[in-house]
Amino acid sequence: MSDDATTEIVPGWETVIGLEVHAELATATKLFSDAPNRFGGEPNTNVDPVSLGLPGSLPVLNEQAVELAIRVGLSLHCRVQRSVFARKNYFYPDMPKDFQISQYDLPINEEGWMELADGRRVGIERAHLEEDTGKSTHVGGGGRIHEAGHSLVDYNRAGVPLIEIVGAPDLRCAEDARAYVSELRSILVAIGASDGKMEEGSMRVDCNVSVRPVGDAELGTRCEIKNINSLRSLGRAIVYESRRQVDLITAGERVEQQTRHWNEDEGRTHKLRSKEEAYDYRYFPEPDLVPVDPSEEWIESVRAALPVLPRERRHRLAEAAGVDTATASLTVERGMDDLAVDAIGAGADPTRVLVHVENNLADGAGALTAASFAALVAMEVGGDLTATQAKTVLATLVTDGGNPAAVAADLGFEAMEDGALESVVDDLIAAHPEDWAAFTSGDDKERKKKSGFFVGMVMKATSGQADGRAVNEILARRAGA
Amino acid sequence: MSTPERTTARLLASEIRSGARSARTVLEEHLVAIEAREGEINAFNLVLADEARVAADVIDARVAAGEDPGPLAGVPVALKDNMCTRGIPTTCSSRILEGWRPPYDATVVERLVAAGAVVVGKTNLDEFAMGSSTENSAFGVTRNPLDPAKVPGGSSGGSAAAVAAGFTPLALGSDTGGSIRQPAALCGVVGVKPTYGTVSRYGLVAYASSLDQIGPFSRTVADSALMLEVIGGHDRRDSTSIPKPAPDLSSVLDYGVEGLRIGIIEELSGDGLEGIAGDVQARLHEAVAVLEAAGATVVSTSVPSVVYGLSAYYVVAPAEASSNLARYDGVRFGLRVDAPNAGDMNTATRTAGFGDEVKRRIMLGTYALSAGYYDAYYGKSQKVRTLILEDFARAYGEFDLLLSPTAPTTAFPIGEKTADPMTMYLNDVCTIPSNLAGHPSMSVPFGVGDDGMPVGVQVLAPASGEPTMLRAAKVLEAAAPDGHPAVGGTMVGSPAGVRNE
Repeated sequence: MSDDATTEIVPGWETVIGLEVHAELATATKLFSDAPNRFGGEPNTNVDPVSLGLPGSLPVLNEQAVELAIRVGLSLHCRVQRSVFARKNYFYPDMPKDFQISQYDLPINEEGWMELADGRRVGIERAHLEEDTGKSTHVGGGGRIHEAGHSLVDYNRAGVPLIEIVGAPDLRCAEDARAYVSELRSILVAIGASDGKMEEGSMRVDCNVSVRPVGDAELGTRCEIKNINSLRSLGRAIVYESRRQVDLITAGERVEQQTRHWNEDEGRTHKLRSKEEAYDYRYFPEPDLVPVDPSEEWIESVRAALPVLPRERRHRLAEAAGVDTATASLTVERGMDDLAVDAIGAGADPTRVLVHVENNLADGAGALTAASFAALVAMEVGGDLTATQAKTVLATLVTDGGNPAAVAADLGFEAMEDGALESVVDDLIAAHPEDWAAFTSGDDKERKKKSGFFVGMVMKATSGQADGRAVNEILARRAGA
Repeated sequence: MSTPERTTARLLASEIRSGARSARTVLEEHLVAIEAREGEINAFNLVLADEARVAADVIDARVAAGEDPGPLAGVPVALKDNMCTRGIPTTCSSRILEGWRPPYDATVVERLVAAGAVVVGKTNLDEFAMGSSTENSAFGVTRNPLDPAKVPGGSSGGSAAAVAAGFTPLALGSDTGGSIRQPAALCGVVGVKPTYGTVSRYGLVAYASSLDQIGPFSRTVADSALMLEVIGGHDRRDSTSIPKPAPDLSSVLDYGVEGLRIGIIEELSGDGLEGIAGDVQARLHEAVAVLEAAGATVVSTSVPSVVYGLSAYYVVAPAEASSNLARYDGVRFGLRVDAPNAGDMNTATRTAGFGDEVKRRIMLGTYALSAGYYDAYYGKSQKVRTLILEDFARAYGEFDLLLSPTAPTTAFPIGEKTADPMTMYLNDVCTIPSNLAGHPSMSVPFGVGDDGMPVGVQVLAPASGEPTMLRAAKVLEAAAPDGHPAVGGTMVGSPAGVRNE
């Protein structure tokens, strides 16, 4: 996706990254049964014969999960198609049936793309439905399965619907990988498919990493890293793994295809299993389910109900504000792009609007309306309010709403008469002759320093009512006189 | 008072609904019959006498209150022990499930109970329905009530024996490759494998999901029709359930076969396949004569791919079984053999809990699904299924029904085939094709072989062809030769369980 030399984690080497993201779908019930899909709760309470895999139980597909999967597919520009569930067979105590119902050669969504905030596109290979497993807690032995005295299994999560989104190996650095996950998360949350909480495990990332000398066309041998629980871990794991692989190759060794485990405390990955030790999952079509073949009509009705996605919102704001999409992205992430676009539409200066959103509205826009936002920015640009005053008025508009002119008047913010300001400046020049001499010495550095000093003194003397720009203009006039 | 061996479910239900007899009386008669011979036959893994008495009393109270308890009011039924019964042990005749009590009822159990039936017990089977003789049970062999030295067939041998011995007029079995029809034939009773998807599999412990289907055993064709009407019809808990109500069968039973075109499957009727015994072939030819006399046109026809059915079955069924039976891992239910870690516990549990035939099929299936072998085995077997479907489709373009023997021989002596799995597997050569195609077929008793043991004729139909299939079976039943060991619709012949005395 990017040939930018600055993405190299180890100079001269290119890291190739592909992410597999599992997100729990926000359905009312599980993928194949009526048991509730609810986080937490007493162990083994959100279960029924199907989610416990009891003998004789049978899966019945949750229509809501299919609809959410279609939403994901459409949002990622995938082909939504007839799909078939398959059994992925392996033994593990927290997997009730000792096979997982997943999709294998015919996933519901295939071949799409997602755009990062800066406009670059990452390929999406597939986004398929599958069921989650339960959770094991290993008691004793430091919580590791092999040393544990015994293990407890909670099947509340077993059968919760997951969408597994497999990204193409288009990413080249940790920052891109984090941007990819952030964007994906924004989309999933925006369309109501998932709450996207990495910390609760409702969104999980597996990371495939390989390295190759810059310029090589052939991909290196990859390792899959599991147990990444935050965006920070994702970045650290990629950097660690890139260096480990480059070190191996430069030492004359080979990278072995492995599944590796990220240890956050130690800041390193360690081997879980090699390719030879990988499971033979013995996939075959799930005979207890019929193929899922959503009608064109259904797909189109899902598409029609989709909200405006982050990508389109970035483009809309970027166009309105005359900036690039990367600049527009923070405002979209904060969900204030409608406010910003409307304020700009009402005539507000785009740069000041975005600056306020980024610097002064981190905690939300509260009662602020687009009209009052636009009026405030107009007062600021027109010199009726200083930047500092505007920030104060904005804070009041957020908490209480109202008209910015009235709020400014209530706060006693009235622009000082130029004459009054000039006399304050003149008094200060007279009171600080040495500083004034330094200001006028002709040394740019000194001038800058002293300009800050005088503006500060004026602000102090006027309780912050003075406009910094106006002070600088007066200082310049006096120095030139 | 009629004896349990000679009554039909229809008669019992009508007497109980009208108040002419009490459900409790009927039940006690059957419990006496069970008491008399169960020690010898071992049809049941569990007899639920107390529970059944409570249920029968409830039926009687409802009748007394002027209510109608339903079409099976007070009729004693037996369930193959691979159908889940709430709070009641369900073992699949395996050590690995010994003591497990399901927290829910199978759909068929709910429907039977809702129709007024009284469940009297859980019947023996080949472990996890894998077998053709009920010799693979962890809880002992079931004996054929008509000759206790012989097998009852399998895997639903306990249910077939229960009906043949007069323990219950109705029983449920499951049929994956012939497990209802073959024991029905060997015990001289009627057994029906419905169209795949007609009867819900919810609560049936899976053997091979794409082949398993629940169906009735009875002494008359009409009783099987009645039971099928009660248990059939859509169930939202089974995704493969056909979204249609149960077929109306009772009202068409007596329509006869006049004008029907019936084909004898050459490959399964003796001329094309080794192993169909002469006496079985002879009964089939007599059955053809009966159908012709009743106005049907019967000719031989070829369904060439059915000869590959057995091979395909022994890939598909073990493959699905290897996955279905993975859950018996000692973690959640049933047997657990402790070991220092989870993997070893898993292995120790499965080693101790499964019998040899189950282990054999798990290994076969695991191998068939393994990387590098999938296409050669599982993939190819699915192609055979397609071929069989196509061949059947061609045949049903020409014929309304097809005909074959149910089993190649009459009941064989206990122990005769246990040493050689392949010989045992050949028992199902005639029944397997219907499972692979998902089509209905049934076994109707038709005379006896040279050894005096019953012979079954298999009637095959296209998907949802049960009404026509049962009409033909009814014609055969009415004309079955004398010496028919179990009680036919015309109540002729000697009662079951006495002919060997």
